[in-house]
Amino acid sequence: MTTLQEDKLLDCSGMLCPVPVIKTSKAIKEMQVGQVLKMISTDAGAPPDMVAWARQTGNELLDSHQEGKQYIFYFRKLK
Amino acid sequence: MSKSDPNAPKRLAIIASKGTLDWAYPPLILASAGAAMGWDVSIFHTFYGLTLLLKDIKAEVTPLGNPAMPMTMPFGPEAFQKIDWPIPTAMMSTPGFNAMATGMMKKLFHDKGVASVPEMRAMCVEAGVNMIACQMTMSVFGFQKEDFIPECTVGGAGMFLDYAADAEVQLFV
Repeated sequence: MTTLQEDKLLDCSGMLCPVPVIKTSKAIKEMQVGQVLKMISTDAGAPPDMVAWARQTGNELLDSHQEGKQYIFYFRKLK
Repeated sequence: MSKSDPNAPKRLAIIASKGTLDWAYPPLILASAGAAMGWDVSIFHTFYGLTLLLKDIKAEVTPLGNPAMPMTMPFGPEAFQKIDWPIPTAMMSTPGFNAMATGMMKKLFHDKGVASVPEMRAMCVEAGVNMIACQMTMSVFGFQKEDFIPECTVGGAGMFLDYAADAEVQLFV
């Protein structure tokens, strides 16, 4: 897999639901279509929430994986 | 899409009927999450939920009459924090107990990384959630529009049902 390069990094470490969803939504609004957002969360509820957020907002979840206590997400802004 | 307009965003209609610190969270969390997903969201604040619109939210919590509420300490070693203390009901009605329980819950939530109720409400307002104050309850309890945050609107059951009829998700909290 080629390494994803983000245009913007959002660190939501230490924040619980629904703040990662809100901050991701805010961050992507300030980006251009096609750009990639990397979001880091330590909330165990983030993986299903972020999949749902991507589906509901029509943005693409390029990758999500866990590194230790961190959940890492890459989204591409589609609209 | 809303039910009747395929081009409109999805709709979430919430009734917030409770004004304690614990019950302040669910409507505000769901509303802000819905708005973050691009949905059109309204919260109808009625009865005690109206107090969540006051400029200065004074929401408290008590374990009195609420036996499911864990009475744990928000400090000390992890094993200590997991102890659910058996507080006698009579003690729960002593002066200052509500304030103590409220302070402990606020500290616990803050330490775990949960936003405060005023912060959650600010996020809702910023995200464009329509905060509606129930006119009937305002009249009954003697609240004025000026008592509330300026972003709120005032309406009644008919107005809310008209909105909710076109919403995919309708919740009573």
